[in-house]
Amino acid sequence: MSEQDYLKDISEIKNLMNRSSRFISLSGLAGIFAGIYALIGAAIAYYLVVNSGRDYLILDGHIFKMILLDLALVALCSIVTAIFITTRKAKEDQVKIWDETTRKLLMSFLVPLITGGIYILIILNQQKYGQTGALMLIFYGLALVNASKFTIGNIKYLGYIEIALGLVCALLPGYGFWIWVLGFGVMHIIYGSFMLIKEKR
Amino acid sequence: MGIIENINKVFDHRIRLGIMSILMVNDEADFNRLKELLDVTDGNLASHIKALEKEAYILVEKQFIGRKPNTRYSSTALGKKEFKKHIEALETLLRKK
Repeated sequence: MSEQDYLKDISEIKNLMNRSSRFISLSGLAGIFAGIYALIGAAIAYYLVVNSGRDYLILDGHIFKMILLDLALVALCSIVTAIFITTRKAKEDQVKIWDETTRKLLMSFLVPLITGGIYILIILNQQKYGQTGALMLIFYGLALVNASKFTIGNIKYLGYIEIALGLVCALLPGYGFWIWVLGFGVMHIIYGSFMLIKEKR
Repeated sequence: MGIIENINKVFDHRIRLGIMSILMVNDEADFNRLKELLDVTDGNLASHIKALEKEAYILVEKQFIGRKPNTRYSSTALGKKEFKKHIEALETLLRKK
């Protein structure tokens, strides 16, 4: 065998190891969009609260329901955009969008995320809403770290940052809103841009 | 000549190399998953699987999912060790040149 053959073997090994165990078609663009939606959603929530004439929230109030709807819309838009961008990129990469790897990625991401979501809804029903922002950041961070072993890139670092922000947020409940904006808005845009620059290279 | 000894003739084929690569990073894979990833025909894949099984580098488990037969493959400790040696040998050879 020649040197060329050895090189080809090594790159073939790496390629198959990645393709068979990691989902390669996540795009930084989806992260940037998620960040933008989060900022828009936060601006709407801020506007709603400021115009309510109070600077605190009442759980059963009309404004609170609007904010929950606002949050749900941010999540929905982010997911739809991510699916759209990812499907397109998978076609470009010529990989199947739905296979064993995608299943593992989604399972490892959704288990902590849905657990956190249900837990937050439960404690909201018990009138404990001071830690909502912190819990969202922490569970989202854990979901990212958990899913990162099934994808390439450095998504686990975004996860660590979200977890750290969540803990800081738990210590400073008065700044919950701004830390949430930082974690879900700004960090997504920064991380997404980094990934996008790397993809283009 | 230590390096050359570590180049394993069993892995000296694209499909066998591929099967081992997949089974190094996945706990197990079934026949269709291997076929899909390697883009080969049934007969071709089966013969290379047999070669690796003969060396005890991979483990073959036959079972039924409902009524459908399903065969799962995983790499053995020996297979992992030999494959690592093979990769290291390839890399050493490349560095030397």
